[in-house]
Amino acid sequence: MSETARDTILDVQHLTMRFGGLVAVNDLSFKAARGKITAIIGPNGAGKTTVFNCITGFYQPTEGMLELTHATGKHFLLERMRDFKIAAHARVTRTFQNIRLFAGMTALENLLVAQHNHLMKASGFTVLGLVGWPGYRHAKREAIDRARFWLDRIGLLARADDPAGVLAYGQQRRLEIARAMCAEPVLLCLDEPAAGLNPREAHELNKFLLAIRNETGTSILLIEHHMRVVMEISDQVVVLDYGQKIAEGSPAEIRGDPKVIAAYLGVEKEEVA
Amino acid sequence: MEYFLQQLINGLTLGSIYALVAIGYTMVYGIIGMINFAHGDIFMVGGFLALIAFLGLLAIGVTAVPLALFLVLIVAMLLTALYGWTVERIAYRPLRGSFRLAPLISAIGMSIFLQNYVQIAQGARVKSLPPLVTGAHVLMDSGKFVVQLTNIQIVIIVTTTVLMLLFSWMVSSTRLGRDMRACEQDLKMAALVGVNTDRTISLTFVIGAALAAVAGIMYLLYYGAIDFFVGFVAGVKAFTAAVLGGIGSLPGAMLGGLMIGLIETFWSAYFSSEYKDVAAFSILILVLIFMPTGILGRPEVEKV
Amino acid sequence: MLVPNDPKSAERVSRLDVGGAIKDAAVATVVAFGLFSLMLGLLTQPGPSGQLTISERPKLLIVSLIVVFVGRFLVAIFTRSLRVPLISRLISPKLSTSFRQLERFAAPALLGFALVVPVLFYSNRYLLDLAILVLTYTMLAWGLNIVVGLAGLLDLGYVAFYAVGAYSYALLAKNFGLSFWVCLPLAGILASFWGIMLGFPVLRLRGDYLAIVTLAFGEIIRIVITNWQDFTGGPNGISGIPRPSFFGIPFTSDPEGFAALFHLEFTPTHRVVFLYYLILALALITCAVTIRLRQLPIGRAWEALREDEIACRSLGVNTTNTKLTAFATGAMFAGFAGSFFATRQGFISPESFVFMESALVLAIVVLGGMGSQLGVAVAALVMLGGFELFRNFEQFRMLIFGAAMVGIMVWRPRGLVATRTPSVYLEKKKDIPAAIVEEARQ
Repeated sequence: MSETARDTILDVQHLTMRFGGLVAVNDLSFKAARGKITAIIGPNGAGKTTVFNCITGFYQPTEGMLELTHATGKHFLLERMRDFKIAAHARVTRTFQNIRLFAGMTALENLLVAQHNHLMKASGFTVLGLVGWPGYRHAKREAIDRARFWLDRIGLLARADDPAGVLAYGQQRRLEIARAMCAEPVLLCLDEPAAGLNPREAHELNKFLLAIRNETGTSILLIEHHMRVVMEISDQVVVLDYGQKIAEGSPAEIRGDPKVIAAYLGVEKEEVA
Repeated sequence: MEYFLQQLINGLTLGSIYALVAIGYTMVYGIIGMINFAHGDIFMVGGFLALIAFLGLLAIGVTAVPLALFLVLIVAMLLTALYGWTVERIAYRPLRGSFRLAPLISAIGMSIFLQNYVQIAQGARVKSLPPLVTGAHVLMDSGKFVVQLTNIQIVIIVTTTVLMLLFSWMVSSTRLGRDMRACEQDLKMAALVGVNTDRTISLTFVIGAALAAVAGIMYLLYYGAIDFFVGFVAGVKAFTAAVLGGIGSLPGAMLGGLMIGLIETFWSAYFSSEYKDVAAFSILILVLIFMPTGILGRPEVEKV
Repeated sequence: MLVPNDPKSAERVSRLDVGGAIKDAAVATVVAFGLFSLMLGLLTQPGPSGQLTISERPKLLIVSLIVVFVGRFLVAIFTRSLRVPLISRLISPKLSTSFRQLERFAAPALLGFALVVPVLFYSNRYLLDLAILVLTYTMLAWGLNIVVGLAGLLDLGYVAFYAVGAYSYALLAKNFGLSFWVCLPLAGILASFWGIMLGFPVLRLRGDYLAIVTLAFGEIIRIVITNWQDFTGGPNGISGIPRPSFFGIPFTSDPEGFAALFHLEFTPTHRVVFLYYLILALALITCAVTIRLRQLPIGRAWEALREDEIACRSLGVNTTNTKLTAFATGAMFAGFAGSFFATRQGFISPESFVFMESALVLAIVVLGGMGSQLGVAVAALVMLGGFELFRNFEQFRMLIFGAAMVGIMVWRPRGLVATRTPSVYLEKKKDIPAAIVEEARQ
């Protein structure tokens, strides 16, 4: 396998998503590099969340291929897989634009659900767990330790036993990311993680995401409007407008790209060309 | 052939009755997302009120059938509408915004309450009425089988059609109809732009109940009998009709009603009448599983 | 030193809004008049010639109107004067927490009481039967709690699995002569199987739709049982189901019987006591298994499923299997209960498996409150006990039951125990108020 292929974790090829007559995503192709942070930006309605939903299996793409490659070389064709299989086998997890935590369960429980499959196997699909099998108890302790680790990372160790629904907004956002990380993904998809955060919180988020990238080697795919977050931490940026890619490059390149500026500020087409 | 035609006529008649009840289900589901479990029993109450009204009028000497029919229609519609309003106020409004199961349990409780209320008030036995609208017109006579269109069938189909048209007009052209459609789309937003959502919802229940009352009267006249338990089965069938046609869609309710009426009639005529209820339940299951938005409903895209 | 009057009570009295209350009561009475005028005021009865006649019942109408007026007046006085809605006055958050605190003491107390019931009421056959009934429904409610309370799947057709269990036991025991202890697990497996059969088609359904489809399934099964004469005996049911024995020793009066072997005077009460302990054991097993399952990954997955199915899928949880497991497990316990029912009665018919039963069990689960085993048990006791108390008012019983269902939902929609206990904790187990627990977020 070529050097470049191993460096690419997600290869999006000619992704198209149509809803009846509406084309949400049109012939999108880009590569997300392994161990790097790739941001997808664009004005509202550009189709960013649709791309995410295709990648994570909540929509089935009308056309196109989504090839995920693990470091081991194992390939997955995401466009054919069901949502939970993408998370369980291809190890792609995500967060949501409108936070989807299990509000009535504690922070700790949230993080344990993320480790469900591992724990299920350890409990012998419940049967062994029912009879108190020590192997399961060990796995459970490990799972709690992993949860404890992440709770500490996001500063919520003291709130571990509080229901997720009562946490502050910023805390909930962080918890959702931690929950996605507890499933040990190779690709973490974050849908507007900085939405509604003040500058200080956004800065903390940047540190957190960079730490994830550097320490765990997890690749990150990021949808964001918060330009500071995008510019400061992304390694690669893909710009969408009306469902099509209009630019791709490093943050510096994107910052000065006239097409990108036009898309965001609505400059006349003639002026751009 | 003649047999088929007769079943067709019978099916359309039955279907019209179901359609009237189905409208109530679909309207309520469209506006507050709740299945009004007790709606079938409102239909039953309407029938009973009609029965009592008829007998009352007969007792005081009103024997002219068209006049009696007209008065009974008014009285039953008004009073049944009152029942619909009361049920909403007592059992559903306090639970608006509560968790999913609460209105459902409340509705089931209301259904049980209404059934037993009528049973206690008027007795558990089947109540029968001598046929008030008699006479038939022979459409085809092949010697083996006579295809008839009875007067009561004409009455039912005409009344139903008129009411449907009136109702469709109301929904599309009046202020109330607009308010209803707004609430159906987005209840909170409708409230924010000044629609009196409480009143609109109440009126939805009221109108649904009034239509169910008409269905009850028609049922009583057509079958000549009513008992306190008809609401349950009729309710499920009408709900099936609403779902089949597309829940939340008015034309869907009408279409669904006619289809269920036809399916039930043909099934009874050509297969077995014991399992005709199973036919209705099965259709319900099949539709909800394979075509949950129904024939005329809007397909829902899962919002992630 | 003068002791001042309690200022609060003075305030209450001085703000007695009689005028407003009268207005409310008047409105209610007018509405009631509309509702009752025909239905209660007139009576249709078959006359001497068989035709329906109509007669007046002015007394009933007037009495009802007076009751409505007075009742509404009192309610209005209470709410207007205290300026706090009646409902929230009665929903005391303290009630829930104190219930939870009570749980620590109440649970073992209730268990202890349950263990000695046959001793206490040995001579009262009626109470023993009632106790068996309460336990049967408690077991059913605990089983349904897995499906509805934990996994959040609205199942209105639970009685179908109860029926499968009963009929399976009846047919296996009668035709193959298998003992209760062999038939019980078989019945459970068969019921589980049907639970999965029900689960498959409804995987994509949510909320009310799911409820209606499960209701339809339940009805179909009942209709099929009623009409499939050859297999199930049709409306006549199956009789002559083998009665239980004490692990092989029959409860008869002959020398090999239980009484003779234990040197006791024969009385049919022996069998009843045995049945009591049998259902108690079965119910407790259901309870224990449920508690354990909640702490295992599957139980957590069920609760997460109830909260937000999409989030579950995004984490790799196979929601299909999770749902099917919930249905299967719940159905299994219903199957066990059904087997017990069959052997207890010796006779079963489709009459016992009507929709009302599903509604009753569901009402018990909802009244008890999600996830609280004790809450569900108390709710069963209250509902069935209440039912029995009103036995003399045969006609009004169901009426009151319906009204009670509405009333309880309006009063406490989340049930008696409106909190959820986390299944795992780091430092401290903190109860989560039901208001935060989401139900099937779309």
